Amino acid sequence: MANKYSNLCIAVTGLNANDNPGPGMAVIRSLKEAFGSGLRIVGLSYESLEPGVYLREHVNKTYQVPYPTEGTSALLERLAYIHQQENLDVIIPNFDSELFNFIKVAPQLQQMGIATFLPSQQQLALRDKVNLKDFGTKNGLYVPADHKLYHADELKKAADEFNFPMVIKGKFYDAYVVYTTDQALKAFHQLNAAWGAPVIAQQYVKGTEINIAALGDGKGNNTSIVAMRKLYITDKGKAWAGVTIKDDKLIALANNFAKATNWRGGYEMEIMSTNEGHLYILEINPRFPAWVYLTAAAGQNQPEAMVKMALGDDVLPYNDYHAGKLFVRYSWDHIADISDFQQISVFGEL
Amino acid sequence: MKIKSNIATSENGFIFNPATGDSFSGNGMAALLLLAMKGGKSENEIKQDILNRYNVNQAQLDLDWEDWMLQLKEANLLETEA
Repeated sequence: MANKYSNLCIAVTGLNANDNPGPGMAVIRSLKEAFGSGLRIVGLSYESLEPGVYLREHVNKTYQVPYPTEGTSALLERLAYIHQQENLDVIIPNFDSELFNFIKVAPQLQQMGIATFLPSQQQLALRDKVNLKDFGTKNGLYVPADHKLYHADELKKAADEFNFPMVIKGKFYDAYVVYTTDQALKAFHQLNAAWGAPVIAQQYVKGTEINIAALGDGKGNNTSIVAMRKLYITDKGKAWAGVTIKDDKLIALANNFAKATNWRGGYEMEIMSTNEGHLYILEINPRFPAWVYLTAAAGQNQPEAMVKMALGDDVLPYNDYHAGKLFVRYSWDHIADISDFQQISVFGEL
Repeated sequence: MKIKSNIATSENGFIFNPATGDSFSGNGMAALLLLAMKGGKSENEIKQDILNRYNVNQAQLDLDWEDWMLQLKEANLLETEA
């Protein structure tokens, strides 16, 4: 039956459904399941070979958008053009690196009639990898010790304190567990070149990897929390299979985070559960995870709830989900024509 | 010793701990024991059932039971005593 959500037009980034996938396709899948076939999905891509660009049964039309480094004016100009063509209702950005710009232009988007549901710049900064340890200390949460590295020679101090193995992390993405000084140096230079300084050296914590996907209401509460244990982890540390789990301690941890930050929007907590029963927060990502469709499968469709909240509707907090829902990711060779590639490469639209 | 109430078990011996995501495959005897424990039967009742149904002596059964409890404890499937 048609309702106010049936004919929405929603723009989504993160169409890179590769071995280090963006959340876009999972968000789209969740939205399609919630709102039905009348929903129009507009993909926003950065590169011509993001798989979502070619998945036309999921993405009605894709527009390339400027890289975050091009700034907010270029982004706003492009979004205004896309809005003229598509009459967007909501935009869901799904990359950490683009959030700063999207948060900045959110008031202008709202004036144009485009809703978002994003954290503030201050909230974004609180959970930044660079600030995470301080955030944990201030709020009584377990966070591994770290060093911010601006020069390669600072690695020695970190290695002396943490010993090997330790984790070398990029400012926005990527992390390597390193076992020798040579590996640490290589990782530092790679991550510094890709994402800039500081590179973060983090104490290695041994345990079971658990992720939490959640949706904060901006008032200190969570509308949804779903926890997942990684069952199969790729060499990039990504979950290739996982199962939903239910543990009050995990729910309490996410609630503490929402309360401490008044977080508004989707987020993901990456947790290491140690044998001693401590939950170490390794990272907090300021957007939905790539496995967010599992939240819908388990009974809490977080992208659906977020769209409703973005549109100003009240959404009652979910209070239960199905533990034991499993996801297994897979690869698929999707076939497209070179003319599609040409279209997106030359004209920036497909 | 009680098995955690949230532990999911199937008739074919598969065990899933929804709090941790741990899963185990047990044999037919494990499935029977888990079913009895989840059904609220006491240690003595379960042992008596086994003695009635299988060709095993009390001493061997006690040893095996101890081993079974150890496995359940290591797998974090037992309620922790207050």
